[in-house]
Amino acid sequence: MTALLIRDLRLAFRAGGGFGLGLAFFLILVVLVPFSVGPESALLGTIAPGILWLGALLACLLSLDRLLALDFEDGTLDVLATAPLPLEAALAIKGLAHWITTGLPLVLAAPVLGILLNLPAQGFGWLVVSLALGTPALSMIGCFGAALTVGIKRGGLLMSLLVLPLYVPTLIFGAEAARRGAVGMAVETPLLLLAGISLGSVALLPFAAAAALRMTIR
Amino acid sequence: MSFWEYANPVKFLALSARVQPFAWGAAAVGIFVGLVWGFFFTPDDFRQGSTIRIIYIHVPSAWIAINAWIMMLIASLIWLVRRHHVSALAAKAAAPVGLVMTVIGLLTGALWGQPMWGTWWAWDPRLTSFLTLFLFYLGYIALWQAIEDPDTAADLTSVLCLVGSVFALMSRYAVLFWNQGLHQGATLSLDKEENISDVFWFPLITSIAGFTLLFIALVLYRTGTEISLRRARALGARLEKEA
Repeated sequence: MTALLIRDLRLAFRAGGGFGLGLAFFLILVVLVPFSVGPESALLGTIAPGILWLGALLACLLSLDRLLALDFEDGTLDVLATAPLPLEAALAIKGLAHWITTGLPLVLAAPVLGILLNLPAQGFGWLVVSLALGTPALSMIGCFGAALTVGIKRGGLLMSLLVLPLYVPTLIFGAEAARRGAVGMAVETPLLLLAGISLGSVALLPFAAAAALRMTIR
Repeated sequence: MSFWEYANPVKFLALSARVQPFAWGAAAVGIFVGLVWGFFFTPDDFRQGSTIRIIYIHVPSAWIAINAWIMMLIASLIWLVRRHHVSALAAKAAAPVGLVMTVIGLLTGALWGQPMWGTWWAWDPRLTSFLTLFLFYLGYIALWQAIEDPDTAADLTSVLCLVGSVFALMSRYAVLFWNQGLHQGATLSLDKEENISDVFWFPLITSIAGFTLLFIALVLYRTGTEISLRRARALGARLEKEA
């Protein structure tokens, strides 16, 4: 399992692995927001938590088609499916690797971009906490979506259509927690629910993803 | 004689052929009676005036939209567990019907909301969760169309239906987080004090029954079509092999 994790991370960090693409997309998206809604700092401060959450979600989505597609093409997935390691575990590891290479950088970059959007000072901590709690769910849901569409040629757009509705509850609770943090309201309830979604996704979705993958590569 | 006998397409089609005339007939009668009764023979609501009559289309279509998904969920489970093709095809056949009903529910809701709430659309919990249901239908149908091998398609859409149900349910409760919203709560239950009055209730129930029968008839009909399509494909493949 560790070997698989290290291999995935190494592939992602090497040149051409696509590491940082999601981050760059996040940056560009956030920079484009003031161009589209205008540079008023009060308005930007109000919508900042929502924009940052939406940007993180889209950056996550963008990197999903690399999650399994390359391994599917070169046959690594077939090897993994016949390996002694359960496919569920392999997919959980792949989700973890995706989170480390995409989710974690987003969490770390979000406060910096928060400055650009004039996020209120008290909101930074809760923004980071909510993203840290929510991005594992995004990675795992994405892993399920990737497993579902990996056998389909040009399945990228279809995967967005399938994955985005699944992101709805995570986005609602995550953005709500970040927004409440920014205006100084109590954040416990949305944060707990967000953590619940993440834990539930991490616990259950590897099974769904493995089931879908077995159906594709049997 | 068990329920599972109808997993056999021939038996299913025979039963479907026997049931369908009744289902179509009863659906036509139910919808006709419900709508005519509701449109022309009920008093105006004292606050909403004549716009109350949209209820006779709005509520039944929303009812079908939700229950069609539940039916697809059950059919998907049957396919995953017992691998009866008819069940998978029934789920496939129900999806577009559910999608259309969702659209009807959203449109009639908008038409009703404009005069009553002063807006076509509000990000109210019920409206929002219905919109996500619409997205789930779209994704489900798109996934069916994207995969060529019918068994793989049935497998993957079934898994999507299962996972989607959980997330649709979560979205349903997540949006409650914002506020109670404009939409009224349940007023059709049998045991509540705050129900709508009987004058509106009886035609509405008739209309709901009519829509449900229409849904059953449509699903039976469309499943039959899917079975024929599957047969035609199998025949074509066999001919190709022999040639």
